[in-house]
Amino acid sequence: MAHFLAWRIEVAPKSGAADPGAQSLLRAARSAELAPLRSLRSLVLRRGFLLPPQLSRAEIDRSVAALLRDDVVEDVAIEAPNSAAGSSATDRTTLTLYVRRRNGVMDPVANSLTRALRVLHASGGKDLAGVQTYQRYDFSFEGAPGQPELEAARELARRGFANETIEELLLGAQRPEPHPPAPPYRYQRLEIPIRALDETALAALSTRLALALDVAEMRTVQSYFQDVERREPSDCELLTLAQTWSEHCKHKTLTGRIEYRENGGAVQRFENMLKETIFAATQQIDAPWCLSVFADNAGVIELDERYGMTFKVETHNHPSAIEPYGGAGTGIGGVLRDTLGTGLGARPIASTDVFCVGPLDLPREQLPPGTLHPRRILEGVVSGVRDYGNRMGVPTVNGAVYVDPAYVGNPLVYCGNIGLIPRDKIRKQPERGDLVVALGGRTGRDGIGGATFSSVELHEESEVVSATAVQIGDPITEKKVADLIVRARDRELFHALTDCGAGGFSSAVGEMGEELGADIELQRAPLKYQGLSYAEIWISEAQERMVAAVPPTKLAELLELCREEEVEATVIGTFTGTGRLRLSYDGQLVADLAMSFLHKGLPKRTLQATWSAPELRDPEHAPPGDFGQLLHALLRAPNICSKEWIIRGYDHEVQGASVVKPLVGPCMDGPSDAAVIAPLSDSRRGVAVGCGMNPRYGAIDPAAMAGAAIDEALRNIVCVGGDPERTAILDNFSWGSCKRPERLGALVRAAIACREIAVALGTPFISGKDSLNNEYRVGDRTIVIPDTLLISAISVMSDVGRAVTMDWKSAGNALYLVGETRRELGGSHLLLVQELGTGASVPRLDPTRSRATLRALHGAITTGLVRSAHDLSEGGLLVAAAEMAFAGRVGGSLDLRSVPRSSDCERDDWILGSESLTRFLVEVAPEQTAAFERALAGCVHARIGSTDASGRLILRGLSGATLLDEALEGLQASHAAGMEPNLPLQAGKRRA
Amino acid sequence: MSSGMKVLCLRTAGTNCDRELVDAFERAGAQVELWPARRLFDHPEELRRFRVLGLPGGFTYGDDLGAGRIFALELRAFLGEHLRRFVDDGGYVLGVCNGFQILVQTGLLPGLPAGELENEAQRAVSLVPNDSRRFECRWVHLRAEKSRCRFLRHGSVIPMPVAHAEGKFVVRDSATLEALRRNGQIAFRYCTASGGTPSYPEDPNGSVEQIAGICDLSGRVLGLMPHPERNVTPFQHPWWTRLPEREEGEGLALFRDLVEAARS
Repeated sequence: MAHFLAWRIEVAPKSGAADPGAQSLLRAARSAELAPLRSLRSLVLRRGFLLPPQLSRAEIDRSVAALLRDDVVEDVAIEAPNSAAGSSATDRTTLTLYVRRRNGVMDPVANSLTRALRVLHASGGKDLAGVQTYQRYDFSFEGAPGQPELEAARELARRGFANETIEELLLGAQRPEPHPPAPPYRYQRLEIPIRALDETALAALSTRLALALDVAEMRTVQSYFQDVERREPSDCELLTLAQTWSEHCKHKTLTGRIEYRENGGAVQRFENMLKETIFAATQQIDAPWCLSVFADNAGVIELDERYGMTFKVETHNHPSAIEPYGGAGTGIGGVLRDTLGTGLGARPIASTDVFCVGPLDLPREQLPPGTLHPRRILEGVVSGVRDYGNRMGVPTVNGAVYVDPAYVGNPLVYCGNIGLIPRDKIRKQPERGDLVVALGGRTGRDGIGGATFSSVELHEESEVVSATAVQIGDPITEKKVADLIVRARDRELFHALTDCGAGGFSSAVGEMGEELGADIELQRAPLKYQGLSYAEIWISEAQERMVAAVPPTKLAELLELCREEEVEATVIGTFTGTGRLRLSYDGQLVADLAMSFLHKGLPKRTLQATWSAPELRDPEHAPPGDFGQLLHALLRAPNICSKEWIIRGYDHEVQGASVVKPLVGPCMDGPSDAAVIAPLSDSRRGVAVGCGMNPRYGAIDPAAMAGAAIDEALRNIVCVGGDPERTAILDNFSWGSCKRPERLGALVRAAIACREIAVALGTPFISGKDSLNNEYRVGDRTIVIPDTLLISAISVMSDVGRAVTMDWKSAGNALYLVGETRRELGGSHLLLVQELGTGASVPRLDPTRSRATLRALHGAITTGLVRSAHDLSEGGLLVAAAEMAFAGRVGGSLDLRSVPRSSDCERDDWILGSESLTRFLVEVAPEQTAAFERALAGCVHARIGSTDASGRLILRGLSGATLLDEALEGLQASHAAGMEPNLPLQAGKRRA
Repeated sequence: MSSGMKVLCLRTAGTNCDRELVDAFERAGAQVELWPARRLFDHPEELRRFRVLGLPGGFTYGDDLGAGRIFALELRAFLGEHLRRFVDDGGYVLGVCNGFQILVQTGLLPGLPAGELENEAQRAVSLVPNDSRRFECRWVHLRAEKSRCRFLRHGSVIPMPVAHAEGKFVVRDSATLEALRRNGQIAFRYCTASGGTPSYPEDPNGSVEQIAGICDLSGRVLGLMPHPERNVTPFQHPWWTRLPEREEGEGLALFRDLVEAARS
């Protein structure tokens, strides 16, 4: 094996100085149920660097002082390239473990260091390539560690701070040595004969090349080359078709022909299911303030006469299952590029995130083979969103965490982003002769096949086979691109712009050039390292890349701007007007396809969908003996408890626009219903952002789930002051495999409900995304996620000064319950925390009533009649009252006898735990009660209590007796304790 | 009222609090220009046109080698003496969050005189990972200390948010701390809402003596970890919905006082 030389530099805290990172890792290691680690004495963490041997000792010393070591708190060890010392200098009681990125995996620290070395040693002109980084962990034991200690340390690393999908673990005598450079690429055009193949051979070919195309699609490709092109295709042509026709890019299941049958009744036929449900609702509503819907990377609504707001929510589920940190980071990175690639470029101003994971306290022995522990997944995705979002300077303002055992093999990671765009920059159209310019990150082998990977189920071996589909993001590269795009947009330097997402250049150029056609010279694309074939360049999904259509007259100005913003920009081709997609490598033609076939040639599938109402009953159950205990259990439930440890890790204040923050009240621990931001410094106009989701309802009826999710999103918006009549929503369906008619049927039922409800509420959908195949196969068992519909909502407020928060404000105010409470316990948290099963009586939406109530309450809020408002969702009235009370540190008492309810809702626990929709608990000052009641006339509402200075929450039941009397501090403590993080294992990982 | 009072805010790869810093200076009556650093590196003599240099927060170059390190290296390499001369000629510098970290990395802060440090090549102070080992985004209170800083109102208590992972202020040794005290360079300390001694999370990072910000010997260079520029409007305070109606956030006074001091 060839040996490459390097300077080796290791930085550690000064000896004797406390290292909180090492200490917390040590604590975690001792409590990790790994017996050999109980005798751990100490732990030392070091940052390691390999620097090129061309640097002199003096240059190394300068580099260390200026860049690598903080001499106030750190020590350094430097080893020369040719030094004889071949192993870690440690004593016999110490076990050394190294973690470093695999060859070719993005390492932003190494990139930054290389760049800084160039600045520092500008005069040298030396080749500074080959900088690498690693982490070193020295475990010291009481005695000499043996094989069991070694295995335990390796296991600790795997569970906590290393991921072998992207990283190498080196133990014992092995030390990280420089990765060898990649071998160069030698051009060879590959032709794939398909014209003579039969169906079996076509299917085999699709599998072998991982095309994820079915036989009918392969047949279509075959006849195109047989009859139209009259030749065999190149590998690149087949891959281009596979990417463009993938489920991920085309959504061919939901836009396909579907024959749907409900409860064995008549068949309902759809030519294009999504178009006839979700899109149809938007067309029917035809709101003038919707500026762009389902046409671009994000939907756009009007903010004011100058600006539009864009909104898009994406999922990044499969990558996050395998590498949570990188998966979630590139998830947020991807949706930020959707914003940047909307119109001629929107500026990201706020993010949202929703995570669905398995139980955080799942015993390790119940973990399915090949999966990461849910806690590890949650901590990883939170860190990934944190590190990417914070570095981009985009505040994460709203989100949710949902826990269910069926997410254990296949977690869901939703990342959303809102952007601000001038209204005259929403339309884009490349012109003939425009140059195809690649902006931002370089192309590497990372992320090849992501679009097809996300279109199949996960299984035990996914971790092994999908390593290249998982990536680590580089947020600073994307931040530079974002800064550039906003400036270039305002100077009108391009005619069109889009991001490189799934399918990489093939999708970006393919989409932009659909009408015109394009000629691309693949050898021009800047590469991270040598060795990529033309096909790899074309389909790589390497992050942080955008493609712009630049008129030749503007190129010089764009390149000058790119220099100032330190963004790499490269002309890789031209939009031609030929209607053909022609790719060449060093002058050799490697693909030549008709754009019309690429975009319109995909044959329609006909899929079967069925839905039958499941046979369910509500459980017989006695009322709880102790309502106080019930309330504490609800407040600790993972879907209800505080998410403060997540929220505080995100810079939700950056850009200075936050008006209603995720946590509100005088102690900043009340869970806000939604966020409000004021994005324009010269205006009081605001944007409210919220979401709704309840997968537990979906198991009873997906249509009810759709109604509940839309209603919840709107309730959240209205609670902070958003206008329900100026609210747009987004749909994200995450489902199991829709090859099974009953899975697809559940989705169709939910989509039909979405259409009916959206139209009745006057709430248009403006964008959406589906993620199918969320299943995990282990042996012959398949774990299917609950059908999960996330509804995200965005609303415009004319004056953020009218915003309201959910914390009770002061003693002596009236408390109103708005909306009717029914005996709707199916899927409720009342049943969940008492382990009473799912039940059947799922909450049902009455859209007409809902619209009137939302509108009336909004009117009351904008006229200043409301001191605080909170919607009733998981845990019903009981949880809502407790949250408002402890958030405001204001006591109160409620009398259940005053609650407006249906006649069958006749028990205290049903009234308190019912999750009936369109209900709010509202605080009104005594002098405003008459005006408030007038504003709510015609909507169900009643005064059910008042706030006081008792410092307690007191509830009186239907009998008139006191049902519950709890101190606010105790309630707050239970809410805060629900989801204690276990961060130590992540702590050693990154500096930030 | 804004005639002549020019502020230059610099941004580079990973700067991300530039908008709110520019906005705060503008609300305080200054004329503000926001430049990519590259433009100033190409024309360093242009720095003379400004009275105030603002270094916004963010993650310059990802903070990949420690907060603010790479941008500080560039400022030294590409601005060299221009920056030193800007301060010596009476210019003001405000560094917030990453901007503070950058000022420490360049050596402009604390800027102890030769002789007060055993070895001039060594740094005297540093900003290291928070005791919690986490990124912390939360509101805190700062007390402006009796210091050399030319534009702070001593004793005032100002609420503002922090948002950082590496904000724990540490010193090389007790002599350094003593020098900072003696020279009146301790500008801000974390405190409770009523100005008292804080514990976590009122002190979000475990800084030595709860130090949140320091100034140089001239009193014109100020760096602090928390973000006064994120509390300048009536609606940024975390519980403004419980407060009487207000005209502005408590952080704006700092910018107004800075602009006023720099004008004279």
